[in-house]
Amino acid sequence: MSAMIEVRDLVKKFGDFCAVDHISFAVPEGKIFGFLGPNGAGKTTTIKMLTTVLHPTSGSLSVDGHDPRREQHQVRRSFGIVFQDPSLDDELTARENMELHGVLYGVPPAERKERIETLLAFVELWDRRNDYVKQYSGGMKRRLEVARTLLHKPKILFLDEPTLGLDPQTRNHIWSFIQSLSKEQNVTVLFTTHYMEEADRVADEIAIIDHGKIVAEGAPAALKEKTQARSLEDAFISLTGHAIRDDEASSADRMRMMRRVWRGSGRR
Amino acid sequence: MSAIYILWLRQLKRYLRSRARIIGSLGQPLLFLLALGFGFGPTFAKAGGGNYIQFLAPGIIAMGILFTAVFSGIEIIWDRQFGFLKETLVAPVSRLQIVLGRALGGATVAMIQGAVVFVICLLAGFRFQSALLLPVALAFMFLIALLFTAIGTAIGSVLEDMQGFQLIMNFLVMPLFFFSNALFPVQGLPRPLQFIIHLNPLTYGVDGIRGAFSNTFVFGLGTDFAVLGALTAILLAVGSYLFSKIQL
Repeated sequence: MSAMIEVRDLVKKFGDFCAVDHISFAVPEGKIFGFLGPNGAGKTTTIKMLTTVLHPTSGSLSVDGHDPRREQHQVRRSFGIVFQDPSLDDELTARENMELHGVLYGVPPAERKERIETLLAFVELWDRRNDYVKQYSGGMKRRLEVARTLLHKPKILFLDEPTLGLDPQTRNHIWSFIQSLSKEQNVTVLFTTHYMEEADRVADEIAIIDHGKIVAEGAPAALKEKTQARSLEDAFISLTGHAIRDDEASSADRMRMMRRVWRGSGRR
Repeated sequence: MSAIYILWLRQLKRYLRSRARIIGSLGQPLLFLLALGFGFGPTFAKAGGGNYIQFLAPGIIAMGILFTAVFSGIEIIWDRQFGFLKETLVAPVSRLQIVLGRALGGATVAMIQGAVVFVICLLAGFRFQSALLLPVALAFMFLIALLFTAIGTAIGSVLEDMQGFQLIMNFLVMPLFFFSNALFPVQGLPRPLQFIIHLNPLTYGVDGIRGAFSNTFVFGLGTDFAVLGALTAILLAVGSYLFSKIQL
């Protein structure tokens, strides 16, 4: 079995700060890989580099056999992603967001129409398809993003906290669908989550990353055994410690602050 | 091509759905047209300049386009902050297509804005000489719309948040408007001011629109077209290049 995602000696520095520090891992085709770690451990940074939107400082990357730095187009064709932060256009309807995605990914019109209906029905948003996304709740937006990324039938799925803010029913629903994609269509999945029981249940393989380094890797059962923990959560804490991490303010937070400071001068 | 189209359509939909933005951005041109147009009218006539509204209207149309175009380009910053930019950056579409879709969308929006200002000018008493030259005026309106959307795109690709907003407003957009021939004729101005105005691309756009409406170009139809066409091409290239360098 060939590796769909391969990372070797990957490093990303922001100035003096080393966000990703010589990490290596591989995800074989059709496997579900859980990428776990406290806030600011380097998970999202790694996903950004794999998905062509951030350049690594050093090391090598391969996604579907292509280099995200040099063969961006081929890499972009191969994957779908649910980002950690929202990436929808709030001023468009759910259906228009789906439509736009389908066109960008070159899904033929007839298939597009059919798949949009199937997928929106699957995440139970078909009845709300003509509502503006700005009227959606956080959970609905998340569901729409999951549906959207499946529209072009990606070979690889990057899911950065895909179930954040979803109720247990929806989480279950989405994970069982993703598991069936992996089993039946051999889709490769790399996900991050803070819900340990979720990772325990769905992941074939887990890597725990902390301070930019992979501190443990293996099947969930093996990790529990290694740390002699009863649950994955205990194993996680025993590997990464109890200290609470500061997550750097996201640029969206900074932006909101700026807006407040400059209030009255903005044109929108 | 379909990627360009769908991104163009997105800009258009966002604009047409935001009534507050349409009306809000009409306020400024309207104010200038009414206050300056009627306020300076008698003085302008006494000085032998003729009807000031006739002179001013093309400048105000250009102003409406300038503001809307620059802000349509800068919208990249909002898309970056509110997340949608990521969706386009991971898509298997060339950066050039994304920039063209956005720029054409922004330019179309600015054109609509310019057309609305044009209608307001007609209501305020503005009259154009020949309907035959109307397409020429529209062509100039589109060129400046595209040019300034490209400038906005280039700026929006470099800035990460809106901290530079006042800077762009007061040190780029406002000077572009005031140091042009939009409000006053260039002839007879002090040399340094004339020089600056000749460097300003908006000047050639205003001259083109004014020339098409009144059939008298100061710089000549060909010069206006050549200057704006070349600058638009260069700035689209610069905008695309800077956009392609965006990392998240």
